[in-house]
Amino acid sequence: MNKKPIIEFKDFTFQYYSQAEPTLHNINLKIYSGEKVLIIGPSGSGKSTLGHCLNGLIPFSYKGDIRGSLKINGMETRDLDIFKLSRFVGTVLQDSDGQFVGLTVGEDMAFTLENDRVPTEQMKERVKEVAKMVDMENFLTSSPYDLSGGQKQRTALGGVMVNDVDILLFDEPLANLDPATGKTAIEIIDRIHRDSNKTIIIIEHRLEDVLHRHVDRVILINDGRIVADMNPHEIIASSLLNDNGLREPLYTTALKYAGVNVTKEILPGHLYSLKTDDIKDQVKNWFKSIDKEEEIKEEKPLLKIENLDFSYDSRRKVLRNINITINEGEMLAIVGKNGAGKSTLSKILCGFEKHTKGRIFYKDEDLKDKTIKERAEIIGFVMQNPNQMISKNLIYDEVALGLRLRNMDEEEIKERVNKALKVCGLLPFIDWPISALSYGQKKRVTIASILVLDPKILILDEPTAGQDYRHYSEIMEFLKHLNSLGVTIIFITHDMHLMLEYTTRAIVLADGEIVADDRPSKILTDKKTIEAANLKETSLYNLAQMVGIEDETKFVQTFIDYERWLKSKDEQ
Amino acid sequence: MSNKLFSYNILDTPIHRLSGLTKLIGFLLLTFAVMFSYDIRVILAITLFSFYVLKMAQIKYSQIRIMVIYVAVFILINMVLTYLFSPEEGVKIYGTRHELVRIFGRYTITLEQILYQVTKALKYVSVIPLGIIFLLTTNPSEFASSLNRVGVNYKAAYAVSLTLRYFPDIQREYIDISLAQQARGLDLSHKAKLVDRFKNALVIIIPLIFSTMDRIESISNAMDLRGFGKYKTRTWYNSKKLAKEDFIAILISFLIFLLSIFVSIFINKSRFYNPFI
Repeated sequence: MNKKPIIEFKDFTFQYYSQAEPTLHNINLKIYSGEKVLIIGPSGSGKSTLGHCLNGLIPFSYKGDIRGSLKINGMETRDLDIFKLSRFVGTVLQDSDGQFVGLTVGEDMAFTLENDRVPTEQMKERVKEVAKMVDMENFLTSSPYDLSGGQKQRTALGGVMVNDVDILLFDEPLANLDPATGKTAIEIIDRIHRDSNKTIIIIEHRLEDVLHRHVDRVILINDGRIVADMNPHEIIASSLLNDNGLREPLYTTALKYAGVNVTKEILPGHLYSLKTDDIKDQVKNWFKSIDKEEEIKEEKPLLKIENLDFSYDSRRKVLRNINITINEGEMLAIVGKNGAGKSTLSKILCGFEKHTKGRIFYKDEDLKDKTIKERAEIIGFVMQNPNQMISKNLIYDEVALGLRLRNMDEEEIKERVNKALKVCGLLPFIDWPISALSYGQKKRVTIASILVLDPKILILDEPTAGQDYRHYSEIMEFLKHLNSLGVTIIFITHDMHLMLEYTTRAIVLADGEIVADDRPSKILTDKKTIEAANLKETSLYNLAQMVGIEDETKFVQTFIDYERWLKSKDEQ
Repeated sequence: MSNKLFSYNILDTPIHRLSGLTKLIGFLLLTFAVMFSYDIRVILAITLFSFYVLKMAQIKYSQIRIMVIYVAVFILINMVLTYLFSPEEGVKIYGTRHELVRIFGRYTITLEQILYQVTKALKYVSVIPLGIIFLLTTNPSEFASSLNRVGVNYKAAYAVSLTLRYFPDIQREYIDISLAQQARGLDLSHKAKLVDRFKNALVIIIPLIFSTMDRIESISNAMDLRGFGKYKTRTWYNSKKLAKEDFIAILISFLIFLLSIFVSIFINKSRFYNPFI
């Protein structure tokens, strides 16, 4: 390997003008040409700020105070501007929708060339070449609305590769992708790394997914400081991930439950590198030792969907023959790739759209003639991004909004708002402005503002999108608590951890039809369903196969039950 | 999606093949022609022409239904108000009075008024299809490159194309937010009082503004990172050279424009065509 660093931070400190404290402290880091480096850290750790320093958004768009030195290609970055930097560093941002500025794939990929005043003919040639590299040559005239998330991301990647940059920087590339597409994205990045020998930097908090392929080094950042700089095996064998609020890969958690001493010698950094010869028996014995009887819950149907069809126009059906019975007190997930009909189904349940055929019953009452407003008192809907719902300055007013619109008297409103805030753990903040809250707390405000209407069922669209492990656990534990109070909860999600850990049932949609309705442990070990819905098998399944356990589904279920048992023991 | 007010659709017709610049110039010339003239014969001819072009562009009624309804309502209201406020406008313009019916007071129906109002309505009817054609057959970024080529600053020209690129996104977001707020009890129907409706609209607009600002931040970062604004000029991936057809189309529009002026100046000797003398 070339021993000349292409990126070199030396005693680098950065402080936003708007902040009282530096976001990055005394960073010393060398990255060599051709390396593939993963930068991880919890939310607010400074990892995105580090990325912004590399691509020049700092100090070009985000102003602040820089001390120390950052050299890229031997040049001090403070002497360069964002345009010069963009010749060496190509950035793929996490929001593949937001960065799609062109009206077609070809035009978007050409954007940099247009700004570089490349003649039209030459530009078309180059775009064609690059489109081939990212497998998009058949989509050059497609508009962003006809593309999947993965295709949009590949377009973005093509858009930075037209410039033949030395360094590719990926800022949370997995954030908006479904599991299968995320896996493919990691494979494409790996292929480009091997073929072109570019320097690759990936900023992510979803460690396990990135480690699907080889990575040279993992750099862990927390509180603006570099906490660790080691290879994947070392970091997974250490306790640093848990200490810093990051999730370790599920298979290593399983190994630990089985009493295996996870050291770097068994190469735990990637699933494919894991040496199982010496640990096989330990895992098998653990699996055998746990014998749990199936818990049988009494089922009381709450919501029944019968033979439901839906289409926007009469030609193509978005949903076909949907039959679901949701029982009281359930916590279930609706999964499937984008466009499979998940959001449409939830819109129909809330009355936002009218189904074309079929019936929906709440208990024994047909919901057909209920207005949106009336349905909201039975089924509450929480949007993905809290900013899409919040319209008041004060928490109290925001939560009270739904009741005030129903002309309830202030006395009763006060009582109900207080109750909702208490359930959501927001009572101490009752007089706070919403702008002072964290993302997770805002999420709770929106949940409280729906709960105050006292719905029996809550539908949440990607409740933990973009959240690190600590915030994820916080939100999910809170929802579990709500569930224990009797609220039936439906998640619409891509997150398979969420589905495994927190739900007892998952409904899988593909092309408008239900292809599976079963326990998550079963769904995530079933090849056919996984393929139909763009899911990914859990690493627990692969682990089971690697150590020679035949009933993989049971192994996964055992893991979930064991984990839940551990958690409930903790709480007592 | 079912809820797009207007959107560029890709077809291969002679109209689609014209450059965006040509269509812009043609649209402006014909609009001026119609605006200038009050000669119902000229306007009728242009109306027929614009409907012919509409057909040539293969635009279906279902695509423009909502727009047509809005326009029809607008014209209707406009005609009623014109009549209510100045029922004698026609008489004033044409200088004669052929009364048909007396309704009450000063409200009578005269041939002059009918001619005047029909002419006026036709003016709208003739221009609207042209606007629709322009919107539905022009690739927005190609249009931006055309604007840039006639001398408009490329940043301003690109703003046009970006607006069109993100308009559907924001529209969709508006609908989502509006539905979620309606579920919380928001009443947007006509039953609510005007003051309440204004207040209620804020409940949708504020979240929309905040989420749109997030979006703008990420778009502008993406553009900066890819060198937008680096030089004083830029090239365009979607730029079309003006072809023979473009010059023919511009020539036709220009002739129609001249014809309209010519008729006014030399035949009618005024902007109005007067059959009453």
